Amino acid sequence: MDILKERGNQVVTKGLDEHELACDKASLAGSVSQRACVFCGSRVVLYPIADALHLIHGPIGCAAYTWDIRGSLSSGPQIHRLSFSTDLQEKQVVFGGEKTLKSALIELIDQYQPKAAFVYSTCIVGLIGDDVEAVCRNVSKEKGIDIIPVQAPGFAGSKKDGYKVACDALMKLIGTMGTNETIPESINIIGDFNLAGELYLLVDYYKKMGVKIVATITGDGRVDDIRQAHKAALNIVQCSGSMSNLARQMEAKYHIPFLRVSYFGIEDMSEALYEVARYFNSKSMMDKAIALVRQEVGDLIPKLAFYKNALTGKKAAIYVGGAFKAISLIKALRMIGVQTVVVGSQTGNKDDYKIMQDISDEGTILVDDTNPLELTQFVKAKKADILIGGVKERPIAYKLGIGFCDHNHERKLALAGYEGMLNFAREVYATAMSPVFQFTKTDH
Amino acid sequence: MEALKEKAFVSTRNACKLCTPLGASIAYKGIAGCVPLIHGSQGCATYIRRYLISHYKEPVDIASTNFSEESAIFGGQSNLFAALNNITKQYKPEIIGIATTCLSETIGDDMQAIIQHYQAQNTLPDSPQLTYVSTPSFKGTHANGYHDTVLALVKRFAAFTETNNAINLLPGFLSTADLRHLKEIMRDCGLPSIMLPDYSDTLDNEYNGSYEKVPEGGTSIEELVAAGSSRASIELGHILNHATSKESAGTYLEKNFSIPRFNLPIPIGIKASDEFFTILQRLSGAAMPQKYLKQRGRLVDAYVDGHKYVFGKKAIVYGEEDFVLSMVGFLEEIGLETVLCASGGGSGLLKKMISEKVNPRQDIMVRDDFDFEDIAVACRDLKPDLMIGNSKGYYIARELGIPLIRVGFPIHDRLGGQRIRHVGYEGTHELFEKIANALIEHMQEHSPVGYKYM
Ligand code: SF4
Ligand code: SF4
Repeated sequence: MDILKERGNQVVTKGLDEHELACDKASLAGSVSQRACVFCGSRVVLYPIADALHLIHGPIGCAAYTWDIRGSLSSGPQIHRLSFSTDLQEKQVVFGGEKTLKSALIELIDQYQPKAAFVYSTCIVGLIGDDVEAVCRNVSKEKGIDIIPVQAPGFAGSKKDGYKVACDALMKLIGTMGTNETIPESINIIGDFNLAGELYLLVDYYKKMGVKIVATITGDGRVDDIRQAHKAALNIVQCSGSMSNLARQMEAKYHIPFLRVSYFGIEDMSEALYEVARYFNSKSMMDKAIALVRQEVGDLIPKLAFYKNALTGKKAAIYVGGAFKAISLIKALRMIGVQTVVVGSQTGNKDDYKIMQDISDEGTILVDDTNPLELTQFVKAKKADILIGGVKERPIAYKLGIGFCDHNHERKLALAGYEGMLNFAREVYATAMSPVFQFTKTDH
Repeated sequence: MEALKEKAFVSTRNACKLCTPLGASIAYKGIAGCVPLIHGSQGCATYIRRYLISHYKEPVDIASTNFSEESAIFGGQSNLFAALNNITKQYKPEIIGIATTCLSETIGDDMQAIIQHYQAQNTLPDSPQLTYVSTPSFKGTHANGYHDTVLALVKRFAAFTETNNAINLLPGFLSTADLRHLKEIMRDCGLPSIMLPDYSDTLDNEYNGSYEKVPEGGTSIEELVAAGSSRASIELGHILNHATSKESAGTYLEKNFSIPRFNLPIPIGIKASDEFFTILQRLSGAAMPQKYLKQRGRLVDAYVDGHKYVFGKKAIVYGEEDFVLSMVGFLEEIGLETVLCASGGGSGLLKKMISEKVNPRQDIMVRDDFDFEDIAVACRDLKPDLMIGNSKGYYIARELGIPLIRVGFPIHDRLGGQRIRHVGYEGTHELFEKIANALIEHMQEHSPVGYKYM
């Protein structure tokens, strides 16, 4: 296979290769990485906070490309769906952009009355010497809301570093409202971004178990809830990549323990409920969880049987942002008879990749931070029938004449929870079984 | 309408423009064997790719020099070198088209020097050609990036050898179907042409079962060179890159190679298409081919059939400056009243060009450097019947409960947005019927009766 030499150790075939899968490396210059930047990471995490103002300080691109880009829903305010930029011009690049930033903040706060504001500094802001912190401090005093600078120049690392920056920003909000009393049997749901309304399902499950929810961070997020998040008894963290850091910081500062969970697939979803009941050591919670799972799974299994029957023997390639999600996907696919033959992520770490390797079948290719040319070769070599990924992977699948299933931030279909599992099966079925692929079989 | 000020906010709210390297990348995609390389941090390239993939529904490989903290301090030379080596190894391109970013421009990387330095070290026979364009986004929009790149390409390659019979066609930022249609017209008129750029295949490829590293198609380097020896240039669009440069590819060729330049609006509408065909006839010395006479006739027929449904309706038009300029011209000739013509571009020329080139029946409110929230606010007073522009205005149309006619770039919420045809008699015909039908449908759906006839 044709892989850049420097990337050789970021690819492993289980059962064939001896080396560990290397990760946490910067992308190679000149490779067409599917990764984004620090700013992207920070924005992904903070943006679902719907009653906050998100102002991007920099030239227009970063704001224009992220306008309403993800399907993070809000049950109330919608400020997060607007794209605000200071749209720096040459004049500001030469003479500084502080004045522009200040006027922009004031006018936007007056117009939209947000509960807090995040100011993202992108690539050139540091270079032109703007003191963003000072501007935020001043306007904050004037307007009486928290204005939190998010230092996110794209070059300062990868998307993952952006997650960390976002977690630091959240820490500045948490603990700024309410007493320090812990609410018994209460949780924060961390790391679900309410894509296609998934969070509503989860909240519903936990409430049925009798668990109280303090804050959802950041899906359907509200500033005041987040400010009181320190009152929760337990943090439930999904998606190891983006928000474990926040949970760790909250543990250190507020002594709130956390559990890592995943909501994709029946197994992981059910475990996410049981674990909470186990943690609170509550029989009533556990009974309700068991009843809920029995009910949901009972409804689901017969419906899934049809898909499993049809899909058995199909092969999938997975390339997603976080490795934790990839792991759930392997399991969820297995449940509907689909075997994973290629699996990778943009930002997985050592531990994730270890688990991934353990649950993978022999011969599966595992990969970190791949690019279109590599991915194409893997998919072909392993004769995958479908590819699961994001928008940037879609044309790869389609040009190779195989199915595609969007498991990224723009999808319009809830894939978490039990309902989500059924949606997922339908999605995979809709693409793997479509008759149009009779025309894509070429013999070269 | 004096209540409506120029852009009301210091900040930009829901931008009606994109950044310069995006335009550069599209132009580079129209060069055969070219891999675009964006010199800056990784995010810019990834976002631009994502944006383009959602519109073209095609793979769009754009490499990045992936700046790190060190490059931001010490300059991007070593990253650029590494990137050029890696792209050469993986893609084996004929040419690498480099576009700078806000970051590399602010740091002050001297691209010319860096590239010369690289070339001095790399003299292998199969190393790709290199070219670059300066595209800081704090100057101009994606439209400037596009035209500046076309200019940079002719500056880099065009040379005089001996006069050939070809016509340079500089189409501007059009859809892939537009580019194909223009080529067809040139062919039918018996005019050999060099179209620059030509992404009609590379960004709208047929299925062939493989992920092509560098898709086939595009203007070849030989053609770029030969562009300096053509007998005429047709440059579509009047505003071009004038926000950032006085010179365009067409004026450069005219000045340096004495190639006569015909500057026309993008041919949307009968008048603009007539103008275009008139020049073609002059260049070919032959009459308009029968095929196009028929197309024109059919278009007039369609105008007559549908005139009542569009006449007097109020439209809001937005997008790139040259695009809206032509669109307004077209709407004028069918009796649709443009109540606001807006662009995120800021050449300062739009208003003047509309009154000069279109000379509308009544005063049109023209706003450049506008954003979508400005448009949304304006709509509350203007009460338009429809909006005409890219898909990003959908949220406003939805709020107003009026149809949005999707044209231009980007179309992120429909299939086939990359191949909407706007130009020529046939393109105009399709547009006209799309507009009329949208209005008819709107009427039908809001009628208590639900008529079966129009
Ligand atoms: S830094 Fe400049 S080039 Fe990059 S995305 Fe932002 S505006 Fe565009
Ligand atoms: S790399 Fe920098 S300029 Fe580019 S999108 Fe990210 S923050 Fe914006």
